[in-house]
Amino acid sequence: MKPSALEAQTTPERVPPGIVDQHIVEIVSDSGEGAQTCGQSFGAICARNGNGVWTVEIIPAEIEPPARSRAGASGSRIRIGSRPVTNAGDFADVVFAFNEQVLYSRIDSGALRPGTLVFLDSTWAENPIGEIRDMYSDAVADFRRRGYAVTEIPIERQCRKVTNEPRRGKNMWVLGMLCALYDLDLELVRSEVEKRFAKKGGAAVEKNRALLEDGWKWALENTAHRFHVPASPPDKPTVAMNGNQAIGLGIMASGMELCAMYPITPATSASHFLASAFPQVGGFVHQAEDEIAAIGFAIGASYAGRTAVTITSGPGLALKTEFIGFAVMAEVPLVIVVVQRGGPSTGLPTKIEQGDLLAALYASPGDSPKIILAPATIEECFHFMVTARKLAEEFRTPVIVLSDANLATGQQPFPKPEVSESWLASPIDQSDWDQETAPFAWDPETGLSTRPIPGRRHGQFVLTGLAHDEHSHVAYESGINQRAMEMRSRKLAVLAGSLLAPRLHGAGEGDLLVVGWGSTLGAIEEAVDRLRARAAKVSSLHLRFLSPLEPGLKRIFSRFRQVMTVEINYSDPIRPPYLTPETRRYSQLAQLLRAHTLVDIDCWSRVPGSPLPPGLIEQELSRRLDDIQREGTHNEHTR
Amino acid sequence: MNTLAERWELEPRPTVCVLEDYIGAQARWCPGCGDHSVLGAVQRLARDLQLPPERTVTVSGIGCSSRFPHYMKTYGFHGLHGRALPVACGIKSRRPDLNVFVVTGDGDCCAIGTAHWIHAIRYNMDLTILLLDNNIYGLTKMQTSPTTPIGQHSNTHPQGSQLPPLNPISVTLGIRNVSFVAQTVDWNPPHLYATIRAAYEHKGASFVRIFQRCPHFTSNIFAKAQEDPSRILMMTHPGGINLDPNMARAFPNRIEHDPSDLSAARALADREDVFTIGLFYRSAASFRYDHQTAQGLGATNDEKLAALRKALDRFLVS
Ligand SMILES: Cc1ncc(C[n+]2csc(CCOP(=O)(O)OP(=O)(O)O)c2C)c(N)n1
Ligand SMILES: [Mg+2]
Repeated sequence: MKPSALEAQTTPERVPPGIVDQHIVEIVSDSGEGAQTCGQSFGAICARNGNGVWTVEIIPAEIEPPARSRAGASGSRIRIGSRPVTNAGDFADVVFAFNEQVLYSRIDSGALRPGTLVFLDSTWAENPIGEIRDMYSDAVADFRRRGYAVTEIPIERQCRKVTNEPRRGKNMWVLGMLCALYDLDLELVRSEVEKRFAKKGGAAVEKNRALLEDGWKWALENTAHRFHVPASPPDKPTVAMNGNQAIGLGIMASGMELCAMYPITPATSASHFLASAFPQVGGFVHQAEDEIAAIGFAIGASYAGRTAVTITSGPGLALKTEFIGFAVMAEVPLVIVVVQRGGPSTGLPTKIEQGDLLAALYASPGDSPKIILAPATIEECFHFMVTARKLAEEFRTPVIVLSDANLATGQQPFPKPEVSESWLASPIDQSDWDQETAPFAWDPETGLSTRPIPGRRHGQFVLTGLAHDEHSHVAYESGINQRAMEMRSRKLAVLAGSLLAPRLHGAGEGDLLVVGWGSTLGAIEEAVDRLRARAAKVSSLHLRFLSPLEPGLKRIFSRFRQVMTVEINYSDPIRPPYLTPETRRYSQLAQLLRAHTLVDIDCWSRVPGSPLPPGLIEQELSRRLDDIQREGTHNEHTR
Repeated sequence: MNTLAERWELEPRPTVCVLEDYIGAQARWCPGCGDHSVLGAVQRLARDLQLPPERTVTVSGIGCSSRFPHYMKTYGFHGLHGRALPVACGIKSRRPDLNVFVVTGDGDCCAIGTAHWIHAIRYNMDLTILLLDNNIYGLTKMQTSPTTPIGQHSNTHPQGSQLPPLNPISVTLGIRNVSFVAQTVDWNPPHLYATIRAAYEHKGASFVRIFQRCPHFTSNIFAKAQEDPSRILMMTHPGGINLDPNMARAFPNRIEHDPSDLSAARALADREDVFTIGLFYRSAASFRYDHQTAQGLGATNDEKLAALRKALDRFLVS
């Protein structure tokens, strides 16, 4: 047997930590070994320390994948910085891998670069099974050949000294080591662990603290690597959570009291969170028999005066379309959260895509104008729920909130919201209804009207999905349908009129404007910032309202030589003879903006099943900028 | 804030409601359609029990029968084909104060809405569910329905239906947590009325299948039963649905059936030689999901805000 890494190394000299303004760390293990917990704790500790943080989960494709398999890699990526961090970044600077196979999975995903510091559990070198020992040593040699800076560390061996269940202790040991590596205050780390394990009792706290401290000590004694990411402790109370938790809390803050859902990844965790937290504010989660029933249930509650929410992902959205059309037609306030994943069909169930924009807009039969919002940050996931309920009631319409798997599982700190009574729904109006007022007394200018809610005397009427007049009487005369459609559509124009033009990131004019929506905000802006630092004339703009679109777009676009969208959904590249600018299919926001502004908007979109790293966007934008420079004029045939 | 229920109790109803207070638009069903009788029975029931029209909601799907809400002067919800039950459950979930009637057809309930039917029975929320079963798709013009008898001609099966029909009563009785199952015919107003009334008065999901004549498409099916009362088997029991003896004379063929006996109910439901009417099963002990969905209804804003702050505090990092 080979000597272990520990024996092979001599105690290095203490070196002062290298100061870095941001770093990317990954922890990967077999699923069930707790690398995610380790990552979340590390993220929370850094946030408490006052660092900017963005944490994403690395999710295995299967529920119980075999041990030591590439498909089973589970864990976290944590990007920390001196300033707020808005995305998961490019390549990992440091990776902790519990075995060599899960590290391969990260290499396959393009998460590493030559020079990445890899800390690999060397206990495998002592494994009684020869085949495993060989796989391990072959892999270490291979990793070194590929240029990674591999340090073998005896994670499991060390854990065995503290616990007889070392498999379940490795994550805390690594957490200790990480915190030493990043020059964090041990007290901060201890209190985080106490907080996390308090519920499990004193023995659990003790054991985990022992593991943590051993990892810490081992790092100080055995490795020379030390990093310091300067932090400024937050001056305001700060919370950190993932986008689905933010949606759940936002629902609670909005005063909605009912969430009807059917489980679907990656939306379900929002309902999981609500199922435990909602009752505290008097709310209820209904798990329906399918997505159609879920939205029907929510519509029933909304119709009866309690605006409700239904949460789903793409396949569920497909099932809900008939009812969404009904809610548009019958003007029922309703909030529909769609946490997008890869499609079509079952697609990439755990992975990110922004592929449901056009389905959200157009999937219902007939014309079904509705409001569509897309939060771009985790903080917005929270606040948009309050906005969504208010818009739904004010405009008497369904509101779709498009989140995605990146927001759903990403964690980010933000100022603790100051909740306000004005966010809560008002009590159901049960006063007598004025008999002279029709149930759809559309204001001819705005299309807005007030609805009678069951319980109001003299307000009785029949809500119907049939074309109807303002009395909700079935339209038998021509002309009624035209007018009712106009009134429902008018509401969107009125809302658009009340919105501000979007703010630009960068200058108000230039060579290239990048338009995005949803969770790509941070990566796009980072790419733009890097290019602007090199004097490129590029700016970006991020839309939060997708229906109606924010005003002033055409004017803004006219000040750039080229406008393009960057999205995580499919578009064709231009590759003659088949794929020409005419036959090519554009990405979804690009289609929308082209139709809306008549500007020849280009797009660059990808469907890798993972967030777009800023470096990749930067590369593409840089190529576009070069083309624009070279050609001197806007030209569609940029690629 | 007072709870809503308390506030409503403060206002005594000033007037007595008369039948007209429940009659909405002029019914547009064909003359001779059984739906008219059901509508009349529900309107009379509402009047007799003085159900406040503003606190009564009639929910339906799509079909001839689902036009029902338009003809009531209560609140109405004429929704989507097959989806009346989820909507009704949603209404009831946070508004226990509303009386909710559901009107559905054999296509609406037993084909496109089957999943919801099974689960609504299981949820056992306080709803009165009326299945208007004419053994055919009426609105879309005579297609086979899941309850169409073998051999019956339709536009989709011109050679006659081949599949054994689904038995809505047997299915419903097979669902755990079922709490009220009855069957009646549209052409005997006293029995129809007594059945719907018992269903309304039962607390929980009451499922009533009504054999409903369709003079256009299935006049042959129920004519035999109408002409020959011996083809109808009336279940009787002190705890069942009982007619006054004069009225009961229309149904000479009777059987004593204890509605708490589920196995006997299932055996009776499976009989295919007769139209069995009356109360198959009633249980007051079934779990009520609406008791669960209504939890937390009285929470005040102050309580909500305090709980919300606490929930947010769990995510504090500083
Ligand atoms: C999604 C959808 N599919 C199909 C239809 C067409 N459709 C309307 S009513 C109906 C069947 C009605 O039959 P039933 O439920 O028995 O009601 P009846 O008309 O007999 O009272 C169908 C198929 C529809 N409206 N919506
Ligand atoms: Mg029918």
